Amino acid sequence: MTNTVRISGSLRNRLMITLISGSAILGIILFFIVRGYATQIAQDGQDNILKASLSSILDAATIQDGLVEVDFPYASLSMLDTDLDDRVFYAIYQDGILLSGYKGLPAPSSLTGETRTFQTIKYKGTFARVANANRILVGERGRIEISVSVAQTQDDLSRTLNSISKNVAVFGAGFFILVAALSYLATSTTINPLMRLAASIKKRGPKDLSPFEKEIPSEMVPLVSSLNRLMGRLDLSLKQSEDFIAEAAHRVRTPLATVRSYADATLQRVSKSENREALRSMVRAIDEASRAASQLLDHAMITFRTDHLQKEYIDLIDLVQDLALRLSPIAEMKDVKILVNHKNPVEIHGDFILIQNAIRNLIDNALKYSPNEAIIKISVGSEPTPYLKIHDEGPGFPPDDIQNLTLRFTRGKNANGIIGSGLGLTIAKDVANAHNGRLEIFNHKKGGACAILSF
Amino acid sequence: MKYLLVEDNHELANAICSRIKFDGHVIDHADKLEDAIAYSNTGEYDLIFLDIMLPDGDGRSFLKHHRDQKKDTPIIVLTARSQVSDRISLLDLGADDYVTKPFDHAELQARCRAVLRRKAGTAQTILQFGDVAFNPLAGQLSIRDKMVNLRNRELRLFELLLNARGQIFSKQKLIDRLFSLDEDVSENAIEVYVGRLRKHLEDTSLKISTHRSLGYRLDDD
Amino acid sequence: MRYIIVLVLIFITYSLNAEEWEDQRIFSSGSTNQTLRILSSTDTSFFEPILKSYLVDNPATKIEYLVTGTASLDKIFRNTPEKYDLVISSAMDLQLKLVNDGFAIKIQDSNHPSWAKWRKSLFAFTIEPAAIVINKRAFANQKIPQSRQDLIKALRSRSKFFQNRLGTYDVRKSGLGYLFATQDARTSETYWRLMEVMGGLGTQLYCCSGDMIDDLISGKIAVAYNVLSSYAGARKKVSDEIEIILPADFPTTMMRTAMVSKLAPNVENAKNFMLHLLKTQLKPADKNNYTLPPLLLKPGQQTIILEPALMTYLDKLKRQTFIKEWERAIIQ
Repeated sequence: MTNTVRISGSLRNRLMITLISGSAILGIILFFIVRGYATQIAQDGQDNILKASLSSILDAATIQDGLVEVDFPYASLSMLDTDLDDRVFYAIYQDGILLSGYKGLPAPSSLTGETRTFQTIKYKGTFARVANANRILVGERGRIEISVSVAQTQDDLSRTLNSISKNVAVFGAGFFILVAALSYLATSTTINPLMRLAASIKKRGPKDLSPFEKEIPSEMVPLVSSLNRLMGRLDLSLKQSEDFIAEAAHRVRTPLATVRSYADATLQRVSKSENREALRSMVRAIDEASRAASQLLDHAMITFRTDHLQKEYIDLIDLVQDLALRLSPIAEMKDVKILVNHKNPVEIHGDFILIQNAIRNLIDNALKYSPNEAIIKISVGSEPTPYLKIHDEGPGFPPDDIQNLTLRFTRGKNANGIIGSGLGLTIAKDVANAHNGRLEIFNHKKGGACAILSF
Repeated sequence: MKYLLVEDNHELANAICSRIKFDGHVIDHADKLEDAIAYSNTGEYDLIFLDIMLPDGDGRSFLKHHRDQKKDTPIIVLTARSQVSDRISLLDLGADDYVTKPFDHAELQARCRAVLRRKAGTAQTILQFGDVAFNPLAGQLSIRDKMVNLRNRELRLFELLLNARGQIFSKQKLIDRLFSLDEDVSENAIEVYVGRLRKHLEDTSLKISTHRSLGYRLDDD
Repeated sequence: MRYIIVLVLIFITYSLNAEEWEDQRIFSSGSTNQTLRILSSTDTSFFEPILKSYLVDNPATKIEYLVTGTASLDKIFRNTPEKYDLVISSAMDLQLKLVNDGFAIKIQDSNHPSWAKWRKSLFAFTIEPAAIVINKRAFANQKIPQSRQDLIKALRSRSKFFQNRLGTYDVRKSGLGYLFATQDARTSETYWRLMEVMGGLGTQLYCCSGDMIDDLISGKIAVAYNVLSSYAGARKKVSDEIEIILPADFPTTMMRTAMVSKLAPNVENAKNFMLHLLKTQLKPADKNNYTLPPLLLKPGQQTIILEPALMTYLDKLKRQTFIKEWERAIIQ
């Protein structure tokens, strides 16, 4: 019974995706924050050097004989040397007019007092950081404003930032991988109880509809309690339908019994042979129907029960002798003798009802196929494993399809005239399999059918 | 023999009763639990046939009541439930045997005999015909105080002829009575059984005579 | 060599660009389709072996080698950078400023030591200290000075002898002379004392090393200060009149540098030439074949560092101040 289940994503995947995408976003945010911070620090570093350079140039400004002289030290530009040999530009203005240095650098707006500004500009085809500052010199001819711009390209800064970015990216990726691994673990841990629940339900036999009683996380309580309620209802309806089947069987059997009894009684009074034959046919049909119903019910019961064995220790000899006694009235009708042969006690661990049913079916078969005044030999032993052997004096199994006889509804070709449903051997075999045992059927060398049920 | 049938289905009860009576036995019929208890309290029965599903209760409670009162009348349950578990619980409750509906009358008779034979120790009725002594409950025949080992069918043939001494039984009638309905038996089989029985009864007061084209008859000299 | 390089030597009597070249020569090995124009301050004789060896591997190339002074070189190139493929100069400060101003392209070269290049654009390929060169006869029976202090003492002790017989670069005209002067001044006050002494004795000022060495050999002057040792060494092979002294107090050491113009007409070829030049100069084994000193730093030797600070003395104000002071010392 496989119903297609409609699948809409996976809980595990959804959880994983949420956690992983969350960590990815966190990683990216982390990357940008750290990178931003690093940029600011690196920029501050560059600005500080530019500021120092600027100050050393401004400090060198003097008025000599009424003329401005800026004899700035070698170190003013030397300090701007970097590993990647960044380009350096500078300009010196006197009252806004370029005195020396590069043209086109942003001149600081004329301000009173000394101020410093930093900005990033595009200059000579590249980005450069510019620091501006000015200073007032007072000479004989009045106030002179000296302003200086010092600029430096950002190659080294970019390289530093790139290397930081790379490291941060590696760190971020590592963080991401770690979080992803943790997500996987967390997801597995979260999903596990669900998997265990599923596995434990899967393991159950079809008749096991008892509520799920293991401890579960609180989030699963609604699921499990509805599952339990569903199973409760299922259990109830299954029991009801079983009762219904039994009831139906009962309802059918009673009228059948009436008809059969009347037929039986009528036969005693009828002597015309065609009437007698009709009555006998009727009786056979009824017997066939009732036996088939019995075995079908038995087979269904066995199928359910093999999934859920109720094992106990069984004295096999006791069981066989009791069955032989129960069946002796029928055996006597044909003057058939059932001999039970045994030596030592034989005990097996199994489901009593199933094993009794299997053996009963085997003895029934032997009885049905035995000729009048025959003997059915049953031997019970425990070597090498517990076994039961039934040997009759009947015609034996048809050699051609001996392998198929244990299949459902397969009857021997010599079964004509003998009432049966073809389920007897199937039931015996199913029971044997459920107990890790086996059923062997073969024809005895000296004639007659032989069946060995071993556990 | 005196039987009590407890069965709520009147049709089935009629059929069973008429079949039992045909064999020359007495049978009472109760169609509900209350009546069944009343019958069993007043009458002495050799055997009780008990249906399980009754309109005013469960046959199992009759079984329990019966055994609680220490009555040893054998009970054969007629059940419509074929499942193994049902059958086992019936035996546990004190039924002596059960037959599943619909049943073969020959099987029912066989089971009755088996049950009665088991209970035979208590009441002994022995029929004596000259050198021949017969215990119908135990199904034992002895000739000149010597037990004769009769096969089941020989015994039943003897019983049949003995119960209706002087009456001629056709071969057909004997087949109907001795064999299950689902067995195909030829008339020769009857001749074999009659021949064996005659041999056992040689030199006794009981004789089986052949009446050509009519059948056989047991005569008591 | 498997085949003979045809050296075409052309003397140009007039300049197409109206430039006054000190020297202008074309090197070619026959069939040519590309002309590499090299603007240089290095005498042709020093560069010839390298140019020739390049032509062996690149026969399709013709090289036009143009020589001028460092200061005019800087001016010419700044005006027409699209006309030249390579710029070679001994004036490190001017070269560095050219690169800083964005005139050069970057060349990927992993072998070249980092101290000998700037921005992967400016490559140094020689190590050449500035030297005190003397006329041996002038110091006959005299102790030969080994440092600037020694020289000052010697000049003072024989001031009459040295009167008007001293020479040095005119830093106003020579870029290299200015570089040496500023680096000397930056390093020690001794420079100014020497300049004052030399100024007091009357000093000849030269635009170029060549003239200075000529006058030294002829005996017109007895001492030349801050002469390129490589040039002097080359001349010493011919005339044994002179002695080259590397000052023991501090040798000012220059590196000749080369760059490929950003607007070079033959960028790839120019790059190849550059790599060839660097490779050759880094291989001291072939020393004998080449006249240029290799890029080989002796232990403890220091050179003028390639750094932005080289631009300090190129600053207009700084230059004015320095020239003013220098003139005050040397021209009295």
